[in-house]
Amino acid sequence: MSEVDIRKQAAVLASTETIDGEIATLNLGPTHPATHGIFQNILQVDGERILSAEQTVGYIHRAFEKLSERRPYNQITPITDRLNYCSSPINNIGWHMTVEKLIGADIPKRVDYMRVIMMELARIADHLVCNSVIGVDTGALTGFTYMFQEREKIYDIYEEICGARLTTNVGRIGGFDRDFNEALITKLRDFLKEFPAKFDEFCSLLERNRIFMDRTIGAGPISAERAMQYSFAGPNLRATGLDYDVRVMSPYSSYEDFDFIVPVGTEGDTYDRFMVRQQEIRESLKIIEQALENMPEGNYHADIPDFYLPPKEEVYSSMEALIYHFKIVMGETPIPKGEVYFSVEGGNGELGYYLVSDGGRTPYRLHFRRPCFIYYQAYPEMITGSLLSDAILTMSSMNVIAGELDA
Amino acid sequence: MSKTVEAYIEEISKDFSSIELSVDNYGMHNAFITKDEIYGVIEKLKEAGFNFLTDLTGSHYPENEGQEFQVVYHLHHFYDNLRIRLKVNLSKDHLEVPSITDLYAGANWMERETFDFYGIQFSNHPNLSRILNVDDMDYHPMRKEFALEDETREDKEDKYFGR
Repeated sequence: MSEVDIRKQAAVLASTETIDGEIATLNLGPTHPATHGIFQNILQVDGERILSAEQTVGYIHRAFEKLSERRPYNQITPITDRLNYCSSPINNIGWHMTVEKLIGADIPKRVDYMRVIMMELARIADHLVCNSVIGVDTGALTGFTYMFQEREKIYDIYEEICGARLTTNVGRIGGFDRDFNEALITKLRDFLKEFPAKFDEFCSLLERNRIFMDRTIGAGPISAERAMQYSFAGPNLRATGLDYDVRVMSPYSSYEDFDFIVPVGTEGDTYDRFMVRQQEIRESLKIIEQALENMPEGNYHADIPDFYLPPKEEVYSSMEALIYHFKIVMGETPIPKGEVYFSVEGGNGELGYYLVSDGGRTPYRLHFRRPCFIYYQAYPEMITGSLLSDAILTMSSMNVIAGELDA
Repeated sequence: MSKTVEAYIEEISKDFSSIELSVDNYGMHNAFITKDEIYGVIEKLKEAGFNFLTDLTGSHYPENEGQEFQVVYHLHHFYDNLRIRLKVNLSKDHLEVPSITDLYAGANWMERETFDFYGIQFSNHPNLSRILNVDDMDYHPMRKEFALEDETREDKEDKYFGR
């Protein structure tokens, strides 16, 4: 926006509100405690009102797409962890399913259900962080501390299946490296039993809280039409009233078996985004319960010896297993030529993988469709004309994750 | 009654001669289009309901003489739930396609990213500058001529595995 436009806008605002009419430049970030990550915004402000904003991104760019062109397929999973690090299992499993689509693997139903459980737990963890941080930014730290305790329990469940908590690297191409153990099932059942009551407390703290509602209703709104224009996806798009959800639109991992609703908002403001996420947490709980109840018998991985590591005991005693083990570890498995686009519903929306294989040991080209990167563009439009404190709220309610933004 | 991708392409193919539509093994519709017609095609497809730009990116095929670069668009039709992949081949001497920022606001950063990594110019883009890399970088790092590792290293050669 040119200086002239800014002054014009300031004049318009000054005529309706009493601000001194002097424009200042304010650097919000790159490292500001209120932005929860490395984001820089150069704001033109008149008093507390924002006239224009310009983002700088790329502070933690790690060249994931370039790195992927040098790594065998199974070594790319740890890279995907670091995209949206609040819900790593979704990224991991999305990547595995992309490769499975490329090689045409037949996945057992049990794996689908196990994946659904992991992905929905990740979604709950992701939404909990986002929503409790909205609380923090409005001045309610209490909910945050309680919800982080619950998130810890989800991380404990991750630990049982993969040993890690944040960057999970969960599963393998073809399924999981181990079945759900007794401890995991117990922890999951405990979580399903205890979490709803704790979550209800969190809801009663904020959802109908007059101060919170006054603060968030109307803050950082975007219309459905503009959101479509900006290729929004996920809760941010649904908050505007559009019910696009990849889980329903193009079901993957047997999502068509589950009964859940896709919550939508109306205004696309901070409160709607908050409420959509709140509702999605409840829906995710429903899905996990259904998956756990109807968990099919069967194997926890697909029968694809070219990609799935054989059990260690066999590697030491059987020739075939040794060969497969060697080939997989060295990245020498036969990959068909092809081009696939596969997407999953990530914590923030459609997380897509565009993969081009030329038959070599590594992808020829891998592009991540990162929802954060795409919808963060709309941020200046959403905050122009609002107050500085609303801009902070808008950012946290959009759930902009630096790892996913910069890739 | 929902239409198929073929029907949508059929409707607009009168005005655009260069569309080559094919279906790949994964059921995805791919359409190759020349760079002169890509803007018009996307405009018409958008009017027909492909109003969600899922993804826009580029890729580099140095072996394809005269068509070294490719811009790849993924569009999504929400009502009929159809996806289509559009591709534009570009020669390394004329790396320019029209920007679609005025059709999809979200294309802005995707085009900047493609420019940043491949050096593909998008004409009529409001602000075509680097986005993830530093401004004073003087090359486009995703091009295949930039190997990821030091090329003088010999211990990592793949010759023992026949690739």
